[in-house]
Amino acid sequence: MEKILLSLLSLGGMGFLFGAVLAFASKRFAVEKDPRAEAIREVLPGANCGACGYPGCDGFAEAVASGRAPVDGCTVGGSPVAVRVGSIMGVEVKQKERVIAHVLCQGDCHNAVNKYQYKGIQDCVAASMLAGGPKGCSYGCLGLGTCVKVCPFDAIHISDGSIAVVDRDKCTGCGKCVEACPKNLIELIPESNLVQVLCISKDPGKQVRENCKVGCIGCRLCLKACQFEAIDFVDNLARIRYDKCVNCMVCAEKCPTGAIYAHFAKRKVAFIHENKCIGCTACKKVCKFEAIEGEPEQKHRVLPDRCTGCGQCVERCPVNAISLNVREH
Amino acid sequence: MEYVGRIFVILISSILINNFVMSRFLGICPFLGVSKRVETAIGMGAAVTFVMAMTSLITYIVQYAILEPLGLKYLQTIIFILVIASLVQFVEMVVQKASPTLYQALGVYLPLITTNCAVLGVAIINIDEKYDLIQALFNGVGAALGFTLAIVLFAGIRERLELSDIPKPLKGFPIALITAGLMSVAFLGFQGLIK
Repeated sequence: MEKILLSLLSLGGMGFLFGAVLAFASKRFAVEKDPRAEAIREVLPGANCGACGYPGCDGFAEAVASGRAPVDGCTVGGSPVAVRVGSIMGVEVKQKERVIAHVLCQGDCHNAVNKYQYKGIQDCVAASMLAGGPKGCSYGCLGLGTCVKVCPFDAIHISDGSIAVVDRDKCTGCGKCVEACPKNLIELIPESNLVQVLCISKDPGKQVRENCKVGCIGCRLCLKACQFEAIDFVDNLARIRYDKCVNCMVCAEKCPTGAIYAHFAKRKVAFIHENKCIGCTACKKVCKFEAIEGEPEQKHRVLPDRCTGCGQCVERCPVNAISLNVREH
Repeated sequence: MEYVGRIFVILISSILINNFVMSRFLGICPFLGVSKRVETAIGMGAAVTFVMAMTSLITYIVQYAILEPLGLKYLQTIIFILVIASLVQFVEMVVQKASPTLYQALGVYLPLITTNCAVLGVAIINIDEKYDLIQALFNGVGAALGFTLAIVLFAGIRERLELSDIPKPLKGFPIALITAGLMSVAFLGFQGLIK
């Protein structure tokens, strides 16, 4: 009994003594930290994803406070965080558009064929080492969820057809999945862009057709349909130029395979406010789809069936009588 | 005079013959981790020297003032670890205040001195060899100097290795480990220096 007491006392006493010395030392040798770094750390999302290029949110906060990192460096927080960090640092922040990850493939098990049955480790990197993976199309999404595993925000899921799908609302554009995908199938796309070519196959059209129902076969119908020079053809593959695309979605309508995907639910339609319209016909002249009718000096009208929501007339109208609304379904 | 000679022998022996890294293979983790640049190696050596000297003193006092009289020798390991951990915390605070650059360069290896077996090793060897306080202190300082010597030499070699043309499979850690092995062999050549 005495022994237990003694050992408890000596060990506890020493612990107490050392603790007291350390407590004193921590006061005595306290290092002044930049208070801004701590303030910045407070407003950061704390995901420690490393997308900013620093080991974690702490490192980024210190880098910003010391001026080594830009205030809008946090991709996860996006512009709201950038604005708050900017106000701590006393810097004006330009609004940066949110980017969202997109899986550029629609070749799920209904659309695409497999060349063999894969029974190995359930991981895209492992599968892609075995002759490029089980997919017939060597560019396609393997659907084994390497991107799902790395996503810190639970924003990617494997659909019923075993293909990765990004949840637009949860995605923060941190780019972890972009790095992880062994097929380089994921791209960060500006949030405002609603039209994407969901195929990266550079195979000839015939081969694409054999492998997948929704691949880009390089027919160039979209190129002909696009009124805004927003489509490029590289290696037999259509690419949307996000700086020129106005989300008219005509290319997606024309695509015979459905390789161009558009968020039709968000398609806009022009609306002319009659009380403001002066009948100048400027909108009628600029409309590339002949979707506006009306004689000079009279109120104009939009034909909703023809209007694609490209917004050219809105820019042209001298009296701001036209607005773009989301289409009612 | 004989006493001074004995201390000298202890010092030489702990620096060269029974070098902690090269002969006893203690403290390998910081030896490999912080030896990329000579500057940080010197900083690490200084930190370890301070910790080892203080540890030797305090553990000696603790052993003979508390543990032996109370018959609590079996608490030796845990209490020594307590002493070392507190000391390392203390050193960390001092280094952070005194030299933020060194603090950055040492990184995770500074708190890792806590679990550095070399420090616990020197404390226990002091007791096992039945040194007195002065001898224990010199043994601690000697061991730390030996550690510093080894890590600085190694860092110098590694700085050169960075620039030399090394076959790809051996680049980086493999060649560093081979070098460490060769250095160890060289240090074993001191065996028999003192009879």
